[in-house]
Amino acid sequence: MLKRIFLVICFLVICLPSALAAQLCIPNAPEACQVRLSIKTALGEKAYEWNEHEKFLFRAAMAFAMRKHKEQEFSLSDIILCNETVRVSFWFVVTSPLNPSVLVERKDIEKAVSKFRHRINGAFLLSDTTLEFVNIYPTLAAPVVPNTPPWLIVFGVVIGLIGAGIVFLLTSTIVQKRRKKQQKAEEGDEDIEELEAKTVENGSTSEGVYNTTFSDDDRFTQM
Amino acid sequence: MKLGFPNLGLDEQNPDYKELERMEQEEVAERPKWDNKFQYLLTCIGFAVGLGNVWRFPYLCQIYGGGAFLIPYLIALVFEGLPLLYLELAIGQRLRMGSIGVWNSISPLLGGVGISSMLVSFLVGMFYNTILAWVLWYFFHSFQNPLPWSTCPVNENQTGYNRECEKSTPVNYFWYRETLNITPDIEASGCLQWWMVVCLATAWSVVFICFIRGIASMGKAVYVTATFPYLVLTIFLVQALTLPGATDGLTYLFTPDWEILKNPQVWLDAATQIFFSLSVAFGGLIAFSSYNAERNDCERDAILVGVINSATSLYASIPIFSILGFKATNGFNACRQENILTLTNHFEFSDQNITLENYDHWFQFLNHRNPDVVSNLSLRDCVLKTFLDQSASGTGLAFIVFTEAVLEMPGSQIWAILFFVMLFSLGLSSMFGNIEGILTPISDLKLIPKWIPNELVTGIICSICFLLALIFAQGSGNYWVEVFNSYVGSVPLLIIAFFEIIGVIYVHGMKNFSEDIYFMTGRRPNIFWKACWMVISPLMLLVVLVAYVVVQAQTYPTYHTWNPDYDQFPKTEVKSYPDWVFAIIVLLCVVPVVSIPLVALYKLIRSRTTSSTQVELNPYWNEGFEVEVRSVLTSS
Repeated sequence: MLKRIFLVICFLVICLPSALAAQLCIPNAPEACQVRLSIKTALGEKAYEWNEHEKFLFRAAMAFAMRKHKEQEFSLSDIILCNETVRVSFWFVVTSPLNPSVLVERKDIEKAVSKFRHRINGAFLLSDTTLEFVNIYPTLAAPVVPNTPPWLIVFGVVIGLIGAGIVFLLTSTIVQKRRKKQQKAEEGDEDIEELEAKTVENGSTSEGVYNTTFSDDDRFTQM
Repeated sequence: MKLGFPNLGLDEQNPDYKELERMEQEEVAERPKWDNKFQYLLTCIGFAVGLGNVWRFPYLCQIYGGGAFLIPYLIALVFEGLPLLYLELAIGQRLRMGSIGVWNSISPLLGGVGISSMLVSFLVGMFYNTILAWVLWYFFHSFQNPLPWSTCPVNENQTGYNRECEKSTPVNYFWYRETLNITPDIEASGCLQWWMVVCLATAWSVVFICFIRGIASMGKAVYVTATFPYLVLTIFLVQALTLPGATDGLTYLFTPDWEILKNPQVWLDAATQIFFSLSVAFGGLIAFSSYNAERNDCERDAILVGVINSATSLYASIPIFSILGFKATNGFNACRQENILTLTNHFEFSDQNITLENYDHWFQFLNHRNPDVVSNLSLRDCVLKTFLDQSASGTGLAFIVFTEAVLEMPGSQIWAILFFVMLFSLGLSSMFGNIEGILTPISDLKLIPKWIPNELVTGIICSICFLLALIFAQGSGNYWVEVFNSYVGSVPLLIIAFFEIIGVIYVHGMKNFSEDIYFMTGRRPNIFWKACWMVISPLMLLVVLVAYVVVQAQTYPTYHTWNPDYDQFPKTEVKSYPDWVFAIIVLLCVVPVVSIPLVALYKLIRSRTTSSTQVELNPYWNEGFEVEVRSVLTSS
């Protein structure tokens, strides 16, 4: 008799928490969150199987996030999972460590998840899109704004090259023109000397060369 | 000593020693020459092959039934494009002057044609270099990882993306907001965007440095700018053909739809495309061929340039459409993936149970089993053809569609850099022709005193163009570029080309022109060329001109605006041009060509008032020989 009573009490002690837990975790409840994992999409051939061990890791990761956010001693038993599907999606609720029948409010869970999303993602080798907390939106990464926009650097290089090229070409043109002018000036002096010599020659008819081909007799060439 | 000949006063007529030497040096120094034939051909090809070959021809090919479009295109090339090209090259080479000098030589009454060419070159050069400034802006931004047009910027409190970007796409946002900072319509000018001014200054500096020594420096630059696009197109071709979905794009482009040939709009577009693609009537080709030796086979040159231009268009359309096919396939796959996710989540199937391969099968099965549930899910309608139809031409193709495609390729930065350098080379070699069409007439008209060096003239022209092009750096700049592109680069050119052909064939005379060609090439033009010049080409030009004006005049001109406050945003809002813009449009069409009748009238009036006898307008009439002829006749 006593044995039976002892067995019944043991049975109740073991099953009651899970029964209680089952009662606490209701899909679409205000304090419940849905999670979807797309492991095959993220990892392809290296995908792992979703089993009890992975569920254990999930509960540990969520407990870690709640611990850090609320600074209370959450344990594994405070994270209750239910309604698992082949998709790999499930609902979970978080109970308060001080009182196991009180559920933590959804907005606290949301804040904890947002803060430590990257830690949770890392534990499962997934990303924001493949580990989806339904209706908890990931915060966007702050854009990296460098001090000088990179395009100005490229622009500076290009305009520097062009400017150097223009200066170089202009100066070489000017130098070439000056050289030409000097050459012309020297040649011009020589020409003037030659012309002067010729005029001196042509001036005196007696010293000129007499061209016998054209004699005075034939003033007009015969047509 | 007296020489035997009677002195006919030749001493005064003949230049003395000093003068002869001066004349010789002037002639050698005055007219620059090409280094070799290859340089000349590359320059002409570079001028003809421009941005339109890459972003207008493939679009036309696609919307006008693919392979079938090649028929009106080739007909227009043979009967309209090649004769005009041959005419311009021949007349420039024979008369050895820029556009104004050439038309003045043919007939003083036609001098206005040269002035029109110069004005059109000037106006087109202004907005064309603005497009190059935009290309430079994208080039400068291609050195970042990730590319700036891949993601939307975050809003102030980092809770979401920028609203305007979210509604449209990151690529659209980058183009319309971060590049152009466009205003909602053309009336709101916005302010000068300093980054655009900087890019414009860079573009004009590049043009200046290439022209600093006239065709000596430009000829060296053209070795790079005319050949580099072909290299990049080949690289793109090889890479594009390996992308998934390339064959879809190509079959879509080239599948002929013969029914489309019954639509007269196709013939009109083919004729205008050939005409604008060959860059005739700008005066640039005349200037280029004027630097040739006198005896040069310009017939072969013309055929070569024309055929290479069309071949380049065809060659460029292959990688462009392969890449568009790749982009369409990606869009189609993304659409289906979205649907797969929705179905998987709703029906709680295992992840990756539904894949792209078995999607159709699953969809039919689920639709058959519970059609109500499936219709409530509001799945997207994914059809590959819809994605392929999202083609674009012009700046939309280069800066929106292509930049989006580049994001999905491995090594996006390299492809982006290559693409934008190619666009810049294509545009720069066409700019050379435009600038030459301005500079050569100025130097031929001898407007500038000799002591001003050529470099300074080039610099002043580039500076004036840059300052005027600042209109395009405003917020409404893109709308103004559209206005210039549609109205300056179209009707005036058709009118100028028509007067060119009439002027050479009917005023100068077909006989004189044949003699000129015989002198230059050693053979007279055959019956094909004569038939084209005398009848076919002028007729085609006239028909195209009239049809074009009629089509344009049928509707009040409208334009597309990017207005974030529009209720159907991101669709572009169609607005009509306000009255003052319409007046400017009319001015842009009329002012370049008004010089043709004005100059003719002016010359006629001046000739009537200055001499009592009628002025002989035949340029071959030389007064010097008349006296001698008469004396010979009377004495013998």
